[in-house]
Amino acid sequence: MLGYYLSLAIRSLRRSPGLTALMVLTIGFGVGACMTTWSVFRAVSGDPIPAKSSKLFVPQIDTWGPADRSADGEPPDTLDYTDALALMRDHRATWQSAIYLVAPAVLPTDASRTPIPLSGFAVSGEFFPMLDVPFEYGSGWSQTDDARNAPVAVISAALNRKLFGGADSVGRTISMDGHDYRVVGVMKYWNPQPIFFDVVDTGAFGGDGPDVFLPFGTAIAADMQNAGSINCPKGRTPSAPGFAGLRRSVCVWISYMVELDDAAAVRRYRAYLDGYAREQRQLGRFDWAPDNRLRDIMAFLDHEHVVPGDTRVSMLVAIGLLVVCLVNTVGLLLARFLRRSGEIGVRRALGASRMTIVVQFLVEAFLIGAGGGLLGLLFTGIGVLGVGQVLPIYLAGLARVDAALLLESMSLAVTATLLAGCYPALRAACVAPAWQLKSQ
Amino acid sequence: MRLHPTLAALRRHKTGVLLIALQVALTLAIVCNAVFIIAQRIERMERPSGIVESGLLHIEQQWLDAPRSDSAGAVEKLDVMQRTDLATLRALPGVQEVAASTSFPILGVIWSGQLTRSLTPGGLSVHVAYYYGDEQLRSTLGLHLLAGRDFTAGEILHRTIRGTAAAPLVIVDKPVADKLFPHGDALGKTIYQDGKPAVIIGIVGRLQTPRVSKWVAGWSYNSVLEPVRLDGSFVSYAVRVKPGQQKAVMREARKALFAVDPMRWMPRSWGIWPFSRMRARAYRGDRGMAVLMGAISLILLCVTAAGIVGLTSFWVGQRRKQIGVRRALGATRADILRQFQLENLFIVLIGVALGVVLALALNLWLMSRYELQRLPQLYLLAGVAVLLLLGQLAVFVPARRASTVPPVVATRSV
Repeated sequence: MLGYYLSLAIRSLRRSPGLTALMVLTIGFGVGACMTTWSVFRAVSGDPIPAKSSKLFVPQIDTWGPADRSADGEPPDTLDYTDALALMRDHRATWQSAIYLVAPAVLPTDASRTPIPLSGFAVSGEFFPMLDVPFEYGSGWSQTDDARNAPVAVISAALNRKLFGGADSVGRTISMDGHDYRVVGVMKYWNPQPIFFDVVDTGAFGGDGPDVFLPFGTAIAADMQNAGSINCPKGRTPSAPGFAGLRRSVCVWISYMVELDDAAAVRRYRAYLDGYAREQRQLGRFDWAPDNRLRDIMAFLDHEHVVPGDTRVSMLVAIGLLVVCLVNTVGLLLARFLRRSGEIGVRRALGASRMTIVVQFLVEAFLIGAGGGLLGLLFTGIGVLGVGQVLPIYLAGLARVDAALLLESMSLAVTATLLAGCYPALRAACVAPAWQLKSQ
Repeated sequence: MRLHPTLAALRRHKTGVLLIALQVALTLAIVCNAVFIIAQRIERMERPSGIVESGLLHIEQQWLDAPRSDSAGAVEKLDVMQRTDLATLRALPGVQEVAASTSFPILGVIWSGQLTRSLTPGGLSVHVAYYYGDEQLRSTLGLHLLAGRDFTAGEILHRTIRGTAAAPLVIVDKPVADKLFPHGDALGKTIYQDGKPAVIIGIVGRLQTPRVSKWVAGWSYNSVLEPVRLDGSFVSYAVRVKPGQQKAVMREARKALFAVDPMRWMPRSWGIWPFSRMRARAYRGDRGMAVLMGAISLILLCVTAAGIVGLTSFWVGQRRKQIGVRRALGATRADILRQFQLENLFIVLIGVALGVVLALALNLWLMSRYELQRLPQLYLLAGVAVLLLLGQLAVFVPARRASTVPPVVATRSV
């Protein structure tokens, strides 16, 4: 029976090619616009570490007091050196790491080559198991390495290719900013977007992934300066010059992340943070009541407004376009179906049930939706290419066409058209057989 | 009298009328707001930076072998490296002027702080961007000196960004001067930069801060020139070239700098940039948003027009007999044409009435969530006019076909 409906539908679609083309084009445009903007939105709003995002938290400590809170009354989003050290020392979470951006230059051992500028992070060894960083060779460093500020490093696969031709370089030495570091691990390609472990410095998107990781204490001891942003409260810039002055100041520049495995652990950590703030108050460092935050990763990304407002607005406008296209399709399908009232009347008079008529017309709507979907795929492809050309540079590489996007485009087109076809099909099924016959 | 057959006909096509009206309403709401977004983005992109942009190059590089500390010896060595670069660039043919410059308007590294008139807390405070540079910075950027004087070479300090030495003299731009000293007597006054005193020795025209993001909204023209050469492994220069020499200077500057010291990182992609490229890059997102909103608006208008053509064609087909009867009873072709156009006018009017409400609601919502401004009425009026016109144009094709229905149709039984 479905075959018969299909052949009926195809015949009907051929009868008015103009109207058919118009509907297919409309659906195609609507779906194309929606999926193009969706490709960007999904890229920037995605969960960078789905398996663990609910267990990873960012503590924020109210180091500056009420007078220096941001306009929305929030404490700073990074830590100063004193607080970061205290949190690491107290070690109250399953895993924890202070994180700061560094930009050392590596001197290849082979003398003919020029230094290579790198981008990396100083972290604690717990960073790697906490964030499930994948390794090609070796692993992260141990707690002992952290404790004695060992000169060790984890490098990226790309840097490993550049320096060691991609061989297993664990145990080899690289020289950065005049210090030698022993390679303990080589990562597989790792570049989560948004760059959730240091949104504040990285702007969340872009880059080819970090080149190198060094132990936090080692980097500090080597005077490896912070390459990321520094925020100081009004009028309280460092009183001493240099990196040493920054470490003694109340300026914030260190990102922090902890893993807390269940609700009880989260509660305990909150209590710990407040206890810490109260203790600082007793010590005279703070003179205000604790006002700390402990957000999980997705909440923190939201707090940092990682998804650009433009992305949301364009997606909403594109959805609006799709709605208009659907309203249009409802109208055109209605016209198309009711034009065949005569045919319907005859079929009904010959015993076709209402249901049969509805199914027949839905098959036709399905065909139009499938056609619109195919065209929509084409438009989505063109759209994603085009949108990559006009997005801000840091987002341009993120919008991608993949199997999931194509599947979503197709199902959106078919579902939307079937929905749009429901009302016209029901209306068509209501055509009274007798009246149509009489008027013939 | 003439309206009567139109309304009677419409009553028979309630769903169709509703669908077109709804489509018109949604189209109006979306297009008005989209076009308003485009206009705002264009306005943003065309904001003047305050500097003379043509013929200006930005050079940014990193010394890979530079000392990385704040010790006096290291700072001295870094400064020698920087001064050597400056001298090298100044000696190039085709170069008019060169300045040490950490920041660049629109797209550069930003250092910001608070300027106050006194040290008492809670007083007037102005958020500013600091431009660290040497005595040639003002003239290289092409900033016009409104009052006072330039820095002299002897007044230029040098330190790393983490140094604490504060400049005792500053040049502020006019917006800063006006905010701190509304009576226009800023010149020669002492102000405090994050608590450190400095005398205003010059006032220049407005200078855009090195960022265009939301963060600087409200102080996007508050800039202060500091007589400080910042030492560090990352150092940048502003270069003004003689007319027509841009390409040659870009080529020669790279060669000359690498000849002086090859241990530097100066990527081809952004090591030397003409200012025009920085501007394009900074506003790329705005341009993209404008293009996207434009494309969506265009598609929306086309889809709506096509929808009107499609449904009206259907009605014409359905009402051939009725049209024939009217023609037989003496209605002229023009009458039939007018009937359909009037009909469309009526439907679109319902649509735009609903659309105006929707447009304002959408605007309010965008205002509350995404910092859009209030939609000016002009956009609504223009949108209404465009949709009425679009409706009339779209209905013309099927209406003309309707007007050609011969009266004899009335006598045929289909």
